[in-house]
Amino acid sequence: MSLPVAAKPALRRFHQARWDEPVIFELTAAGERGVVPSQVEPGVRDSVGDVLAGLPDGLRRTAPPALPELGQLRVLKHYLRLSQENLGADLNVDVGQGTCTMKYSPKVNDRLAAHASLLDLHPLQDPADAQGILEIIWRTQRMLAEISGMDEVGLHTQGGSAAIWTNIAMIRAWFEARGEAEQRTEVITTIFSHPSNAATAKAAGYDVITIYPDADGYPDIEAFRRALSPRTAAIMVTNPEDTGIYNPRIAEWVELAHSVGALASYDQANANGILGITRARDAGFDVCHFNLHKTFGTPHGSGGPGAGANGVAAHLAPFLPRPLVVRDEDGTFRLDDDRPLSIGKVAPFYGVVPNIVRAYAWIRALGAEGLRAVAETAVLNNNYLMARVLAIPGASAPYATGRRRIEQVRYSWQDLFTDTGITSEELGVRASDYGMHYWTSHHPYVVPQPFTLEPTESYSMAELDEYADVLAQVAREARETPDVVRTAPHNQTVHHTHHDDLDDPARWATSWRAYQRKYGSGT
Amino acid sequence: MTDANRHPDAHRDPRFNVAATTGSRHRPGMAGGEGGPGESRDLRLGLVVNPVAGLGGPAGLKGSDGADTQELARVRGAEPHAGERAIRSLRVLAAAVPDAVVLTAGGPMGADAVTAAGLRPEVVWTPDSPTTDGADTTDATAALVTAGAGLVLFVGGDGTARDVVAGNTADGLVLGVPAGVKMYSSCFAVSPEAAGAVAVRWLAEGVPTREAEVLDIDEEALRTGRTEPRLHALVRVPTWASRTQARKAPTPESEAAAVFAAAAGLQAGLEPGVRYLLGPGGTVAELGRQLGLDVSLLGVDVVLDGALLARDASEAELFVHATAGPARAVVTVIGGQGFLLGRGNQQLSPRVLRALASEPLLVVATQRKLLDLGGRPLLVDTGDPALDAALAGHVRVVTGPGSVAVYPIASPQ
Repeated sequence: MSLPVAAKPALRRFHQARWDEPVIFELTAAGERGVVPSQVEPGVRDSVGDVLAGLPDGLRRTAPPALPELGQLRVLKHYLRLSQENLGADLNVDVGQGTCTMKYSPKVNDRLAAHASLLDLHPLQDPADAQGILEIIWRTQRMLAEISGMDEVGLHTQGGSAAIWTNIAMIRAWFEARGEAEQRTEVITTIFSHPSNAATAKAAGYDVITIYPDADGYPDIEAFRRALSPRTAAIMVTNPEDTGIYNPRIAEWVELAHSVGALASYDQANANGILGITRARDAGFDVCHFNLHKTFGTPHGSGGPGAGANGVAAHLAPFLPRPLVVRDEDGTFRLDDDRPLSIGKVAPFYGVVPNIVRAYAWIRALGAEGLRAVAETAVLNNNYLMARVLAIPGASAPYATGRRRIEQVRYSWQDLFTDTGITSEELGVRASDYGMHYWTSHHPYVVPQPFTLEPTESYSMAELDEYADVLAQVAREARETPDVVRTAPHNQTVHHTHHDDLDDPARWATSWRAYQRKYGSGT
Repeated sequence: MTDANRHPDAHRDPRFNVAATTGSRHRPGMAGGEGGPGESRDLRLGLVVNPVAGLGGPAGLKGSDGADTQELARVRGAEPHAGERAIRSLRVLAAAVPDAVVLTAGGPMGADAVTAAGLRPEVVWTPDSPTTDGADTTDATAALVTAGAGLVLFVGGDGTARDVVAGNTADGLVLGVPAGVKMYSSCFAVSPEAAGAVAVRWLAEGVPTREAEVLDIDEEALRTGRTEPRLHALVRVPTWASRTQARKAPTPESEAAAVFAAAAGLQAGLEPGVRYLLGPGGTVAELGRQLGLDVSLLGVDVVLDGALLARDASEAELFVHATAGPARAVVTVIGGQGFLLGRGNQQLSPRVLRALASEPLLVVATQRKLLDLGGRPLLVDTGDPALDAALAGHVRVVTGPGSVAVYPIASPQ
């Protein structure tokens, strides 16, 4: 006889697995092996001889590598345990990683990317044997050109920041080709744009001018006018910015940049709220980039390989990385490496092909109407969640007060912090006890006690409600049982980590070897 | 308290309740770091509470300085809460190190809170009368330092911080437990509990340190509607990312790097043959350090081609330098209101400023300080409205090597 199923509590009683699993190097057992290769047959050995004899001294190790030694089952358990200690994107309501566009990456597209016809391809295979994948790459280029309004698209870059770097590298090459490289020494960005815009411009040798928001939360256009000069090479901006605020005068910004001979670069890493609604080229931009792993449904860096796409207007097309996949008049596809103005290679071969396949499948599955529905749903979800969050006492959305946001919002717990002394970081950690998480913000924090939520199109109303309920609960706890929040997490794999260790060269250890050197073995 | 906040050796390590020194892992280099591996530090914790801190806030008095104000606040029904905030901070310590001994002052100036938090006070100073004032805070701090406190937690606001500075004769580590009405200074932890957590970690393993500004506002002026923050001193505070208030920001360690970078960017832009009038402020002081000069922290110094021509110069001396050749004033944001001129640097008078080059101001600030303005402009209040109007507009603010912001300047009106 079956009993009635007990009603579930309003908030789930989550508990993360905790295995106290050591680092794999600490699991080593001398002599243990996962795979023991067969002895070479005497006849083979005799006829081949000493295969290492021809190896130059410079390529020979003097000591074997200090790799962990352990059997297959131990390796399997080690990584399964680690995977269970992970609050992954496929487990929680992953709207808390704002700016990252944590949407669902359809599993069926993984099947396509893992198809034998793709896995068995070698990047150096003759193009005549690889017409299918070249066609997929070419069609993806054309679809992204249509989505951005740009004339040409390259798919070489392996991540978002690499794509932003490619943007500024093409801009630099453009001015070199025009003989203006020495004159154009400055790049203008906004403080609310993704910091990789400033970082890549700096890495490319430019001085960077940053524009701050005015009292309404929009980038200060008067400051921007003052910053522009014949020295300006480019503006590099995100829109909507990381606050979720859309700069309504963006076309005017581009015009002003063009008026001093500068180019305009559009960071569209996250285009999720504007697909099918606005296009970079229509606002006058000369160059833009997308992250396939944000907007176009492919897995993320850290959760899978990232992938970028660079779109350019015709005048910048010669500068795209090479080779470019092109279609000849007879309908065959080939790799065009004869591009003398190209900035060259920004990654090996032709980009992250499995992700190009996934993005191609994602776009084709949705079609033009589906893409627009993605944006509309993402914006609707975001504004619904904003209404729920702003109803929580102590939460606010600084800047552009009372206006709607596009696809994400950078919120603030400043009022709650003032009342309770509990920081946004502590609240976020406590939220993980309920199986949810959020990220605060890039540094420096542009709003106090920040948290950044981006619900995308993937989450149902019930899930957004659940997420908002967790935030409301955590905020309530900050007032009623602050010690519970302050000492959180209680149900997690690990407890507090010391962030300042990451800022301290004397303390950080990015490899096992560095860890041993700084802390000694066995500590 | 979870085990993560507790040092694994907290229960048995004798360092927690006896005076001892040990090697620390203080962070070397950069603007905020001082001391390298092997540096000794005294591991006794000191506490001083200003019992009347914060009294004037709820009473709408914008501060609690002065006995009359405190009396008025009491009449208006305000109750002191500094002791309660001290206890909140100490409870975090008690949870991690139950047998910690805290050097402190008697009664409401510390011992009461230590006992209430379940810890043992070692009273090194006792006030003469139950009604305490700033001099008591100063004397108590001096006694704590003499008794060997390596870190002094003080409970109060900006006024208390000033009094602590006066007694901190050995320039030791201090950290504010926020309990005042005015807390413009950056020497406070973000909350009482955060201060306790920093103290726990300082005892257990040492934490990085940085220089922090002690600012105060003239309360009399504030009550009449004027906000005049003044930079009184720089003190060294322990920092722990997310637990120390760096001008209301939770990234103090990055902020130390940002100060270093901003000063380095400024240095890269200095031109030969130009006299630079270096105003007060931590970022400008960092420029002096990078130039290898013994600059004053609170005064205006004159530098030409890497040489210090004048230290803590008077207005008259500055005028002489301003008229002796090409000259510019190097200024940074003083206080949370965004003042570049007219707050703590009045030596840069209208006639001095008028004698400078066509672009008289070289402005330096970290991104943090600009962001804290929340879209409000930088302010100049030289006392000469025509000059203020001439300085208003947009200015390039150096934020790092090859990095500037273009930011508006206005006069307070």
